[in-house]
Amino acid sequence: MLKQAGDWLRGSQVWKSIFRHGPPTTARNRTMVMLSNVFLHLHPVRARASGIRLSFTWCMGGLTFFLFLVESVTGILLMFYYRPVAASAYSDIMALREDVPLGIMREIHRWGAHAMVITVWLHMFRVFMTGSYKPPREFNWGIGVVLLVLTLLLSFTGYLLPWDQLAIWAVTVGTNMARAHPVIGHEGPGANLLQVDGIQLVHSGADIRYALLGGRFVGEATLLRFYVLHCIAVPVMAMILMAVHFWRVRKDGGISGPL
Amino acid sequence: MADEPVKDRPAQWPSPWPYDFPVEGKVPSAPDKVARIAGAEAPKLTLTRRNLFSSAMLGWGAFATAGGVGTLGLVRFLFPNVNFEPPQVFRTAPVEKFARDTVDESWKESNAVWIVNTEGRIIAISTVCTHLGCTPNWLSAENKFKCPCHGSGYYMNGVNFEGPTPRPLERFHVTVDPTGFLWVDKTQKCQVEQSTCDAGAFYIQAKA
Repeated sequence: MLKQAGDWLRGSQVWKSIFRHGPPTTARNRTMVMLSNVFLHLHPVRARASGIRLSFTWCMGGLTFFLFLVESVTGILLMFYYRPVAASAYSDIMALREDVPLGIMREIHRWGAHAMVITVWLHMFRVFMTGSYKPPREFNWGIGVVLLVLTLLLSFTGYLLPWDQLAIWAVTVGTNMARAHPVIGHEGPGANLLQVDGIQLVHSGADIRYALLGGRFVGEATLLRFYVLHCIAVPVMAMILMAVHFWRVRKDGGISGPL
Repeated sequence: MADEPVKDRPAQWPSPWPYDFPVEGKVPSAPDKVARIAGAEAPKLTLTRRNLFSSAMLGWGAFATAGGVGTLGLVRFLFPNVNFEPPQVFRTAPVEKFARDTVDESWKESNAVWIVNTEGRIIAISTVCTHLGCTPNWLSAENKFKCPCHGSGYYMNGVNFEGPTPRPLERFHVTVDPTGFLWVDKTQKCQVEQSTCDAGAFYIQAKA
């Protein structure tokens, strides 16, 4: 009975249109499973058993990706309730805890973010200690470093969104560094290089920090900019680079083996 | 010429990869690559009056221009023409309102400035802590500014004496208009540690 239903399902046009190969009982079909699936094809077609040993990889890259998925799902759910304007941001955060069913949703998002920063660092540590950054994997190491920075930026932009005293002053302190950016920060070296007829182009009302904050200080415009960066810009960049990162693992010969 | 087999092949083909992958007897098939490896002259791309404005040149030129203009537009888009911050130059109160040895906090919330009358001078002190940019509190009982973030402390005249801050609070340009009101111009600031605050533009002589 069950077998009949299974045979009918596998013989149906819908099934065949999705899976364009036989059951994974032969080496060829097992390869086809990986090659004909857009998600699996980013993975190595084959991996050495020793290379995916837990004591070798710590599964830290996989855990980081898992946490990214957790953050995406919980983050989208939080967006149903959170409004990034000064009048309601803090009370919406409170409402998410007190008035919304499953009030731990924001806590999951917050703790998941902390955990992701930890796992991404441990992943980098593992890759370094196993020498997996060596040729031909040096480009993927570079991609990984950018992904690490994007993870930290996600953390930093998300920090402001509760809009409490801690958030505002932490972001004030953090973005003050941008003042000192060479040439395009108004207190940085070379800030007076960009001049037209003696008129300063870079000043406190037009520099890299102003572009980041949308003003001279952390205000309502900053909240909206950080919200957009946190929910759209940085995640999209991270997703694109993650696809490249996983795909390169395969192209560079799969997960590196133990030394 | 390039289509004909090249006779003087090197014994070992150079690997096309930066890594030493075995080439397995395969040879690059593109004619110019064969020619280049064999040491022959590659066909040269020369600019003439006839091909300068070829469609490819125009295409790439338009592409680069559109990309450059688009990038500039994106950068410009981040700087709004109007912001809703308080004005950088603003009027406060008649000068005689600022009594001797007091800190007036009326413009702290709105303009991030304290008007202080101390040492015979009326000065406008920035409320931005010179450590990391938080806003200190004026503690009148202890006669000092104290930053809640990391504990930096300043005397009434804005000079630092405790905590991690490396330098005094900054001061702004002040003037008195003909009606006797004190104006603050935040676009001009001075730094006590660089002795730029003794210029007349940065204080008003208080009446004794």
